[in-house]
Parts: sequence; structure tokens; C-alpha cells
Amino acid sequence: MPGISAFRFNLRVALIALIFVLLLLPPLLNALPASHPLRVSDFVVAVTGKWICYAILALSIDLAWGYAGILSLGHGAFFALGGYAMGMHLMRNIGNRGVYGHPVLPDFMVFLGYKELPWYWLGFEYFPFAMLMALLVPGALAGLVGWLAFRSRITGVYLSIITQAMTYALMLAFFRNDMGFGGNNGFTDFKDLLGVPLNTPSARAGLYLAALGALLITLLISAYTVQSKFGRLLIAIRDAESRVRFLGYDVTAFKLFVFVLSAMMAGLAGALYVPIVGIINPGEFSPGNSIEAVVWVAFGGRGTLIGAILGAFSVNALKTWLTSFAPDLWLLVLGGLFIIVTLFLPRGLIGLGWRRRS
Amino acid sequence: MKNLILTLLLVLGLAPMCLAQDDFSGTALRLGGGFGEQAEAVEKLGLSGDPRALPLLQALADGKLTRMADGALLIGEADALTGAPANAAGASAVRINNRVRAALRIALGRLQIVSPDPAERLRAADGILRSRSAQDLPLLDAALARETVPRIRERLVLAQGAARLASDDEALKRAGIESLGASGFEAARTVLLEARAGNAALAEAIDAAVARIDRQLAFRRAGELLFQGLSLGSVLLLAALGLAVTFGVMGVINMAHGEFVMLGAYTTFLVQEALRGTPLAPWALPLAVPTAFLVTALLGAAMERGLIRHLYGRPLETLLMTFGVGMVLQQAVRLIFGAQNREVSSPAWMQGTLMLPGEISVTQNRLWIIVFGIAVLLLVMAAIRFTRFGLDMRAVVQNRRIAATMGIRTGRVDALTFAFGSGIAGMAGVALSQIDNVSPNLGTGYIVDSFMVVVFGGVGSLAGTLIGALTLGVVNKLLEPYAGVVLAKVAVLVGIMLFIQRRPKGLFALKGRAADQ
Repeated sequence: MPGISAFRFNLRVALIALIFVLLLLPPLLNALPASHPLRVSDFVVAVTGKWICYAILALSIDLAWGYAGILSLGHGAFFALGGYAMGMHLMRNIGNRGVYGHPVLPDFMVFLGYKELPWYWLGFEYFPFAMLMALLVPGALAGLVGWLAFRSRITGVYLSIITQAMTYALMLAFFRNDMGFGGNNGFTDFKDLLGVPLNTPSARAGLYLAALGALLITLLISAYTVQSKFGRLLIAIRDAESRVRFLGYDVTAFKLFVFVLSAMMAGLAGALYVPIVGIINPGEFSPGNSIEAVVWVAFGGRGTLIGAILGAFSVNALKTWLTSFAPDLWLLVLGGLFIIVTLFLPRGLIGLGWRRRS
Repeated sequence: MKNLILTLLLVLGLAPMCLAQDDFSGTALRLGGGFGEQAEAVEKLGLSGDPRALPLLQALADGKLTRMADGALLIGEADALTGAPANAAGASAVRINNRVRAALRIALGRLQIVSPDPAERLRAADGILRSRSAQDLPLLDAALARETVPRIRERLVLAQGAARLASDDEALKRAGIESLGASGFEAARTVLLEARAGNAALAEAIDAAVARIDRQLAFRRAGELLFQGLSLGSVLLLAALGLAVTFGVMGVINMAHGEFVMLGAYTTFLVQEALRGTPLAPWALPLAVPTAFLVTALLGAAMERGLIRHLYGRPLETLLMTFGVGMVLQQAVRLIFGAQNREVSSPAWMQGTLMLPGEISVTQNRLWIIVFGIAVLLLVMAAIRFTRFGLDMRAVVQNRRIAATMGIRTGRVDALTFAFGSGIAGMAGVALSQIDNVSPNLGTGYIVDSFMVVVFGGVGSLAGTLIGALTLGVVNKLLEPYAGVVLAKVAVLVGIMLFIQRRPKGLFALKGRAADQ
């Protein structure tokens, strides 16, 4: 690939550094006294923290789609599963402070007449276990779906539709009350995490910095992955899958690995997202969410990693700004974004900058 | 002596007939008598179930019955019994007291069973069913012999069975159990189980009858389930047929397909509103079919020429772009028409339910949609097989470059094919407007299912689409009673994913060169 010169690589690193420095600002400015002109509100911190989680999700999609050509329309499901794992931990943390005051069962279970905790809730009172599940459950699901799909060489739009059906099915399932995940309402009214009440400034700052750290780590992992020999192979698979197969590589295993890795990143994003926004419900599984995340990546520029992050921030900033004064227009704009990006910006925002230079 | 016996026999044989004849007039004439006599006559007429008694008693209740000095009864200027014109001069109103009024109320309630108005008959049958008295049996027998409306017959059979069970005669009770058991109605089950407590001796017969009803109910339920499955299948077929053309034949993935279906439904709404109050109003729905086809086909052609054409060979980009188009269409409709549901009414000939043999009830509109789905399928098949456009289309699909060399304008064929598929989606929207809420997100619910149908049936095969749609519909409905609506859907989705493992190209895989594309 002749495009990666030292200059551009450094420019990219500089861009990444700039983004992270900018992202450090909200919690720092939030810590200023309330009267200070530069102080930002709690809302800004929460919203930016949410966008950081979205950026991790976008990164995970870019890894699978931009590099390996796996367009998953169901990454929202992995995100939501990670979120549910964290939500279960937070629900267990409520303890007897719920409305019904039951020492073990969350409110919705008391309400639905559960006598004891379902077996799949066991262990979620431990934070490390919940975090592990937030990674393993999406990973296992991706492993199963990916294995079934890749070994029968389901590619392209077929894979997209199957992943969309997957998240759709999960949404329907999680809407059911008897699944033991709170049905329609999901989980909310969280109290604390690791002993820190969630509504304190320190918890907000801590969650924000944790998300930012996770973004940095996932970015480094992704960058390392795509720049290794393995990453080159992924690109080769994306561009000519059969040829790579005929050269003797085990394409199925490569794709499966990157798909599972990507799903675990999405699960991590979901796990960080839930304590920041304070709620998780089956709506997170809706196919629309997944495809919206895909458009972040497409808008920022796929196959560049940094583009996914930029895309997640810019599209969500646009969404927050637009929905505040013209909510009706947002879906028109989002739909228009899909059309403009695919027709006129095939390489996204990043591609725009590169083209000008070359 | 012989003659005498013959005469006697003759008289005895004829007596009941004459008596029946005379019985009515005799009883009726007693309506003009004293209050005690009146009440008796009213009760007797009520139990007779004779249709002639109804206007008579009604007139008495309304105070319109008059009496001549010679005892003849008149209603207005006509004889109350024969209806012949009569001179009403000197007639005085027949008066009644409270006791007669009470008897009249009961008798009229019973007699409504012979009313010409079906709604009134239904109400009367319900009343008799509630009273459960053996006294009503002759009335019910007479009414059953005349009744033709299935819904009323059902109540009458129930009432008859219940009345028989309420009698003191063991044989009659058994006959009641027998007839209730044979009826196969769910309500008959309740009547039988109620009677079981009071009739220990008959418990065995009652249990057998209940079991018989249960068998019939199970059979009927299975039949209805099958029909619902076929109905869902035909809806899926309609929604998926357009996709089978655009995705299956052209290979263009159109995520806005569901929105085209939605636009078809809104076109139906607009046609209905435009024709409201005109003589064409009852024909709004049939007229909406070609209109919806044209509207969505034009939109499809515009979309193909303006947008999709630029993305040929890049399916993932096409997917995202068309998803965006769908989003814009959906939001635009929401802004124009509002988010609430729009009312599209069904023409009279599509309303109501129909009884199939075996007492399987089916709703008419669902039946019409099955017919419509099959008709559209045949139309599409014929268009592809027998028309010039279909020939061009097949040629372009098989080998675009050779087709172009032969002088086929491939760009035009692409546009037409896409327009054709979109038009079919519009027609599906007309059908869906009859059974689903016409709202901006009407299409969203069908898009995933439609893709499943196309993938399951085999891309590029219309027969596969048909089989796929019907299979998915029936399997979905068969699973629902056991797994619930949601889990049935999940199970079907999982089933399809596993199925694709075995046959990645679907049920009806294309073979040969076309399969490589």
C-alpha cells in the first residue's frame, strides 16, 4: 500500500493525540467551580462519555467491515449484550435499596413473582465476573454466528441480513418478561458501581476516564492488529476472498477471529455505556441502532480506524444538536447521510482530506 | 260398524291437523276474552312458535288490536287472523292488564325466534338459551326446522340441547347430550359440563360427548391454524415477491423495499379519500391496485436511474444507500401524513367471516389476500415468461454483455426490472392496508421476514419464494400456540440460519452458470 508514508502516519498519530487531548477536556472543565466561565455542565460530560462508547463500537465495526469486509448489521446486539451484563451487575448492586426492598431479587423479579434468582444471574454480583461476561457473551455469540456463517461461505449482503435478523430476534426475545431481563423496561435506577454512587461527580469522571482509556486500548489493539501481517491478510480477504483461500490460508478462521474480537470490543463499549447513561433496555437491540452505527463508520471513513472514531463523534454531535431543535429532521438527515456517503464520499471524511492532498 | 270405525279413524287422523288449524285461530280469538283467558292464550301462542302469532301479540302489546262485537279481532282495517280487509266501524280496543303484559313480554321474547329480522332472532335465541327450560322445546324444534343463518342455528342447537337436558325425561336428556356432543361448539362444552353436576347417572355419556366436542375443536383449531399460516404465508409472499425480482433476479439489495410496501398502503388510503362520495367509492380498493403499482414503479424507476445505477457491483454500499432512502421515505411520510394510523376501510365483499366445511371459520379479507397473493404471483411469472420485457430481463440476468451485443438496452431493462419489483411491493401494500395498520413504519415489520423468505426459498427462484413464504407462514403459526408469538419468530429465524448451513443457496438453488453470480 503506497499510501502510508512516514508523513501521513505521523499526521495520523498527531490527529489521534489531538482527539484524545480534546476528550480529556470535558471532565477537567467540569471539575472547575460552578461560577467559572469555562466550566462545562454534567450533561456535556455524560453526552461526551456516551459518544466515547459509541466510538469504541464504531471502531469494532470498522475492524470487521473496513478491514475484513464483514458488514455486520447486528453489532448493536453485541453492544447491548455487553450492556446487559453490566446492567445485571448494577442491578445486583442495588441490593435491598429497591422499591420492594428484597435483599437479592431486583424489583422487576419481585414484581413478576420470581422466588429466587435465575441460574444465569449467578455470579453477576462480582464486578470482574460481570466484566468478563460483557466480553465473553458477545464473543461467544459472534463465535457461534460467525462460525455458522463463515464456514458455509455466507458473505456480503447475506451475512449482513443474517446479522440483522440476529439482533432483531434478540430484541424480540429481550422484550419478553419471562426472559428474566426486565422485559420492556430493561434495567434502570442503578445505585452504585464498585462502591461509588453513580450520581456523584467522581463517579461521572471515573466512568468517563474509564471509557476514554478503553477507547485508547481498543484503538491500540485494532491498530496493532491491522498493521500486523494478519491485518494485511484481512485486507486481502476483503478484496479477494477466494484468492486468499486458494493460496492456502484458512479464511474462515481469520474472519472468525476478527469477528469475535470485534464483538468483544462492542460488548466492552456496551458495558461502559450502561453506567454512563443509567439505563439499558431491549431497544438497544433494534436493527436501526446497528445500522446507524455502520453509517458512523462509513461517514468517518472505513478501513482507517481513526475515521470510525471521527465518524462516531461527528454524526452523534450532529444528532444531539439537530434533535434538540428539529427532531423531525434528524431521520431525514440521517437517511440523506447514508445516500451522500455511499454515492459521493466512499472513503468518508478521512478520504476527503487525503484526496485534497494528493 | 266398519264404516263407523273408518270414519272414526279418519276423524282421529285428521284431527290433529284440523286442531292445529283451529288451535291457532281458537287460541288467537281468546285474546279478545277476559284477562285470565287472555294471559293463557298469550302464553300458548308464545310457546307455539307460530310466525302468525308475532304480529298479533305485538299489536296487542301496542294497544292496536281491536275487537268487533261478534268477537272478530282487527288490526287497523284488516282482520287480525286472515289479514283480509274488514270494516273497522264499531271496533273497540282490546284492553290488557299487568298480568297479560308480563305474559306478553315472555311470549314476544320467545316468538322473536321466528322474526324475519336475523338480529332479533339471534337475541331471542340467546334469551331462550339463558332460560334453559324444557318448556321451550317445541318452539326450538320448530325454529330449528326453519332457521338457515349458521350463527343463529348454533345458538338454537345449544338452546335445544340445554332445554332437553333440563327436562325430566331420561331419553330426552340423552338426546340432548347426543345433539350437543355432535354440534362441536365450544359453548356446548360449557353447557354439558354445567349439566354434569346435576346428572350423576348421565356423567359417562356427558364425558363422552365432551370428548367428542374436544376432538372436533382440536380439528377445527388445526384447520384454522393452517389457514392462518397460509394467510401469513400469502402476506409474506406478497411482501417478498418484489424482493424476489429486485434482489433475486437483479441481485440489487433494496432495503427500502418495506417503504415501497408502505407507500402502496398510503396510495390505497389516498385513492379511497379521492373517491370518497363519488359513485366509484366502492371500487376504491380494486382501483388502488394499479395506482399503487404505478406510483411505486415510477418511484422505483427514478431510484434506480438516479441512485442505484451508480452502485452496481457494490452490494454493501447499495444496502446502506437504500436503507437511507427507506429512512427518508418513512420520515417524509411521517411528516406529511402524521405518525398516527390511517384508516383504510374494507369494501363490504371483503368483510365478515366465512364458514368452510368442518365449521372452520375464516375471515373474508384474509381469504381475499391469499387469492390476491396467488394472482400476483401468477402475473409475475407470466410477465417474466411470456412478455418481451421478461425475455429481455432474463437475457440481461444471464449474460449482460451478450444481451447488450444482441441489441438489448440493458440500462433500460435494469430500470424496468427495478420498477417492476417496486410496483409489486406497492401492490403488496394495497393488500396489507386491509389487515395491518397503515402507518409510516408499516414496511419495517416485513423487511427482515421478506429477506428470510427470499434467502430460504432460493435467490432468483419465484417457485422458491412461494414455497418459502408458505412454509415460513405455516411453521410460524404452528409454533405460536406452543412457543408464543415472539419465540416462534425467534425459532423460525434460528431455523433458517441452520437451514442455510445445509443449503447455502436456499431451497431452490440456481444451477449452472447463473449460480456463479
